[in-house]
Amino acid sequence: MLEVKNLTVNYGAICALRGISLEVKQGDIVTLIGANGAGKTTTLRAISGLLRAQGGEVLYEGRNIANLPAHKIVELGLSHVPEGRMIFANLTVLENLMMGAYLQKDRRVIEQELEYVFGTFPRLKERQKQVAGTLSGGEQQMLAIGRALMSKPKFLMLDEPSLGIAPLLVKTIFEKIVEINRQQGISILLVEQNANLALEISRYGYVLETGRIILQDQSSALRQNPQVKSAYLGGV
Amino acid sequence: MTEFFQQLINGLSVGSMYALIAIGYTLVYGVLRFINFAHSDVFMVGAFMGMYIGRTSSKSSIGGGLMVMAGAMVICALLGILIERFAYRPLRSRSKLTVLITAIGVSLFLENAGQLIFGPNPQPFPNIFPSHTFQYDQVVLSSKDLVVLVVAIVLMGGLQFLVLKTKIGTAMRAAAFNPQAASLMGININNVISFTFGLGSALAAAGGILWAYKFPKIDPLMGVMPGLTAFVAAVLGGIGNIPGAALGGLVIGIIETFVKGSRWSTWSEAIAFVLLILILLFRPAGLLGTLQPEKV
Repeated sequence: MLEVKNLTVNYGAICALRGISLEVKQGDIVTLIGANGAGKTTTLRAISGLLRAQGGEVLYEGRNIANLPAHKIVELGLSHVPEGRMIFANLTVLENLMMGAYLQKDRRVIEQELEYVFGTFPRLKERQKQVAGTLSGGEQQMLAIGRALMSKPKFLMLDEPSLGIAPLLVKTIFEKIVEINRQQGISILLVEQNANLALEISRYGYVLETGRIILQDQSSALRQNPQVKSAYLGGV
Repeated sequence: MTEFFQQLINGLSVGSMYALIAIGYTLVYGVLRFINFAHSDVFMVGAFMGMYIGRTSSKSSIGGGLMVMAGAMVICALLGILIERFAYRPLRSRSKLTVLITAIGVSLFLENAGQLIFGPNPQPFPNIFPSHTFQYDQVVLSSKDLVVLVVAIVLMGGLQFLVLKTKIGTAMRAAAFNPQAASLMGININNVISFTFGLGSALAAAGGILWAYKFPKIDPLMGVMPGLTAFVAAVLGGIGNIPGAALGGLVIGIIETFVKGSRWSTWSEAIAFVLLILILLFRPAGLLGTLQPEKV
């Protein structure tokens, strides 16, 4: 479904990604773990067109989408829930969701998607008239995911969905991520600092360190890997 | 008391024109975070387009007048879109100061091109709407003020509807808040910016025609003073805030008119800037604006 080949991204003279390759198969959950500044967010931003890649290819359903503008990439069914959620705090919850369906012309499809999102996150339904900036962190994350789902994506990228959220809600959100993957067959690329959780729900994982992939394996195997254990899983 | 109401009507009429121009500044600031100094010259071009279109018919009627306005608004919308496309867009990734200086350049270009094309001398503006005077007691309401008020209210109401209730309006607000997130929704930011420039310029054209209709002598530098005053109005109301721009325009129009009618009348053009200094000192976010903490 998505194949990244030798992707390179520089910020000026600083090299953020030094040629990374990864693959996400249809219906899969793949995770990208690593420390702060390893290049996880950069990877997602380069895939979704928010950043220019200096080299390499991003093949989505066989087509190279590297350096297409972001609004064209969404059109292909690839949706990105960015780091820090980036909800439109000045719009209402419902308006945020409607923006997610910006490219969808068919009202019926929009209604269906809205119903699905409200079914998945009932909290959003209760708060649909509320200005999004007044939501709690967890609710904002639900909104960011819901908004991404409104475009009816085939492929979803999530950047740190657990960041700044109450532990209880983190669990709910991760359950929902698995549910979205199972029920809708949406393939997921998940970036997480909480490596434990990420490896628990994913099938395959990549470990990123200073712009390079240093390890990749089945998530279950990565969890047993001593190197991963000491560096990312709290050493036990 | 009579004089008070008379001045209030005049003030509202001038103020609503300031409001129309101020909205253009605020709209562009909202999505691009810079002041489009060429806006006041689009206002001038609007007045001249109105003059040329208005001259084609010797009769004045409400429908005819509205047609003149619609024509000039479309032309100026295109002008605004062209200015953004060729003067500002290539500099999008540069510092805001670069774009600001370019805006001043575009402004000078339009003023001088205007003198070359339209001629430097003041020209009479045709009476595009039928005239009539209404009198209540001692207070006189001319059809000019009535037209200005009604048109301004309708346009601002329409704009408010567009921005708050339509898809493109919501996209504008989304893009103004976070352009990157908006592009992740599939919104083409360039289209939204073009649309914003077109919209602001159309309102400036409407303002220009109303201005020329009320003060029927126009020249290529006519936009400078109303433009500056309207810019102050936009800051007064809270830059980036549409109802704020409308409020700021009305407040400045009314205060300016009252000062003009008092014994301090020589200060009338300075009063806007006195207000600017006061607002920057005591409420820098503007009347309706909220200060947003700079994110680090």
